[in-house]
Amino acid sequence: MAKKRAPIQPLSASNHNEGPKHLVGDDTEKRATIGLDLMTYEQLEDFGDELDAVRQRVLDDLGQADADYIRRVIRVQRAAEVVGRIAIFFPFFWPVFLVGILLLAVAKILDNMEIGHNVMHGQYDWMNDPMVDARKFEWDNVAPAEDWKHGHNFVHHTYTNIHGMDRDIGYNMFRIDKDQPWYPSHRFNLPLAFFLMMLFEWGVMYHGVELDEYLAGRMSKAEFKARKKRAMVKIRRQVAKDYLLYPVLAIALVPFTSWWVPLAVLGGNVVANILRNIWTFNIIFCGHFPAEVATFQEEDAQNETHGQWYLRQIMGSANISGHRPFHILTGYLSYQVEHHLFPDIPARRYPEVAKDVRRLCDTYGLPYNSGRLSKQLFSVASQLAKLAAKPDDPYMVGNSPESKARRRAKREAAALAAQS
Amino acid sequence: MAVVRKVLASNFIGRFTTPHTVDHYLDQIHPMLAVRHVRARVVEVIHETGHASTVVLKPNGTWTGFKPGQHVQFGVEVEGKRRVRVFSVSSSTQRKDGKFSVSVKAHPDGYVSQFLHNDMLPKTLVFLSQAEGDFTLPDKVPDDLLLVSGGSGITPVMSMLRTLRDTGHQGQVTFLHYAKSASDEMFHDELDKIAALPFVQMMRIYTREPAEGAELEGRFVIDHLKHLGIDPVNTLTYVCGPAGLIASVRDTYTELGATSQLMLEYFKVPSVDVNAADATGTLTFDDSSIEADNSGATILEQAEAAGLTPAYGCRMGVCNTCAIKKNHGAVRHVVSGQVAANTDETIKICVHVPVGNVSIAL
Repeated sequence: MAKKRAPIQPLSASNHNEGPKHLVGDDTEKRATIGLDLMTYEQLEDFGDELDAVRQRVLDDLGQADADYIRRVIRVQRAAEVVGRIAIFFPFFWPVFLVGILLLAVAKILDNMEIGHNVMHGQYDWMNDPMVDARKFEWDNVAPAEDWKHGHNFVHHTYTNIHGMDRDIGYNMFRIDKDQPWYPSHRFNLPLAFFLMMLFEWGVMYHGVELDEYLAGRMSKAEFKARKKRAMVKIRRQVAKDYLLYPVLAIALVPFTSWWVPLAVLGGNVVANILRNIWTFNIIFCGHFPAEVATFQEEDAQNETHGQWYLRQIMGSANISGHRPFHILTGYLSYQVEHHLFPDIPARRYPEVAKDVRRLCDTYGLPYNSGRLSKQLFSVASQLAKLAAKPDDPYMVGNSPESKARRRAKREAAALAAQS
Repeated sequence: MAVVRKVLASNFIGRFTTPHTVDHYLDQIHPMLAVRHVRARVVEVIHETGHASTVVLKPNGTWTGFKPGQHVQFGVEVEGKRRVRVFSVSSSTQRKDGKFSVSVKAHPDGYVSQFLHNDMLPKTLVFLSQAEGDFTLPDKVPDDLLLVSGGSGITPVMSMLRTLRDTGHQGQVTFLHYAKSASDEMFHDELDKIAALPFVQMMRIYTREPAEGAELEGRFVIDHLKHLGIDPVNTLTYVCGPAGLIASVRDTYTELGATSQLMLEYFKVPSVDVNAADATGTLTFDDSSIEADNSGATILEQAEAAGLTPAYGCRMGVCNTCAIKKNHGAVRHVVSGQVAANTDETIKICVHVPVGNVSIAL
């Protein structure tokens, strides 16, 4: 008898859109202290319940309009990509060439931000359409979706802005928060940021491989190898497409035009990818790195309540104000606060949700960080510049004798505790 | 066309469209235009009885056809949400117009079958899979063949009958069908016509309202086969219907040592008896750290009741969309009754109920 097709990979509905998960400490009696300077535990409880109600209201209302919206965005993205790629084949007519590069960049931005990022959060899983399914979606950049989903949806969105847990604080590269220990490499905060901006998709890919976790012994060799392999496969496919196949296709034009046309096509792809890198880098750095954004210590967040988890998201994120086309090009990451509160509701709902969030922030006297792109970018840049300088406090210098002694003492205490 | 489709579906073209597929782009031009996605337009909806209907479909070029007896995953979108169920193909493979049909009885709580019966309009876009399933006739149909069906379990059998009729089958086919009443019987008029053909011996039994002077009555018993002159040991037999019918036929064949002749297909998942005494233990969803008292319902239903949104397709154990890892504990298959108790095994949560404590990677 013919065998049915082999069982598909076991699916896990919770890997991609893992909801709010609270940090649990060893001492279960101890209560988290986050937000106590602003609210009482009772208020935090009410605050959490009210936000839950907002989320539920949107979930209950999802329907045709949301489905139509994401399909419209996908349609625009596909059209921009196809037209852009064709236009890049006309480098001898520079206005067309320029428009082609811009369209391809816009297509990649839409694919990565409004479609990829949001779909992979599981925002459209309710549609049950394989084209917008978080488990199946793969985006147009060199970072494999699977590892990004773990690092972003689970690690970053659960442990947002907690030192030592959220690997997105400074991406192991920058000192962006004054509570991060300073190392000599941080002197190059700004030039490094410029470098990362140009190569951002490669940075996201490298971040997802988690070499640091492997070197620190927190990841098995098998897991690390699997991540490396996934990254290599994805890189090969992306590089072959943008930098090999399309330029080679342009060789067909050489007899009718000029020898440099394939090189121009290659250049057009490079520039489009870099434009996307610059845009996404800037938007993403405005999400958590402006100066007023708060970071947290693990001890303070342990055993946090639902309300405290929400509060941590609000205090740890910053919005960018702007018009609708701008929001769409950011994938509504300009509503970073709302996104961090409700990562799994369709992003187009964030403006509507923001009204409730602002109202609640007013009621409870909470900070709500929002500003123009230029203001937020300036804040991030000056933060990077300021924190590049070596702090006076030797305990804030990572490789100072004082810091080393403190780390050693901590290690020994932990070993002693493990023995007894 | 087939060559164009093959080229477009090739790996080489895929390199130009990665990470998306060619279909992701063709879809934007026209939803029926695809190299892999199977889609169809509804041509017409025929009401067979008060509760059952047949949907005639015109599939796009990716549809590779079906064997009589197979089923297809049938997806419709309502309010932005695609709902998928599995329905049996009921038409003959010999149709020349490229169309085929599925027939469905509207179940009171079946959203898709209700929608199909009451609200489906011609021209609606339907998202299909290729035809699937092993409940099919062999390439060379033996001279003696027995087809048994109950209720709307007639649909795959109807496809077999129609195909055998249209191919001019020379052997002897016995068709034994159980329906509640004549008015509740699907394909009633066409069955009358087929009954008059020489290749078929047809027996339709109305269990609730027996026809006057009926030769046979009641539910399936071995005497029904004896009356029709069937020797189960030497007759290839296809049975499709509710769990009760299948169980009694299977028991009969097991007793006679004739199970190798038996091909079975359930047309729906038997509803689970929520017997509080049976439902013990705790169901744990490990990945989301949620626990729930076992209610006795399927794990999929319990997960949904707990606020989770696991992936699912057919909800009847066919499509494998809901397959997920069970970390430990024992589960029972609602159709076969088989208990699976291994750790780290993949199960279809739509057709398994927990037996005692179970934890699931959800």
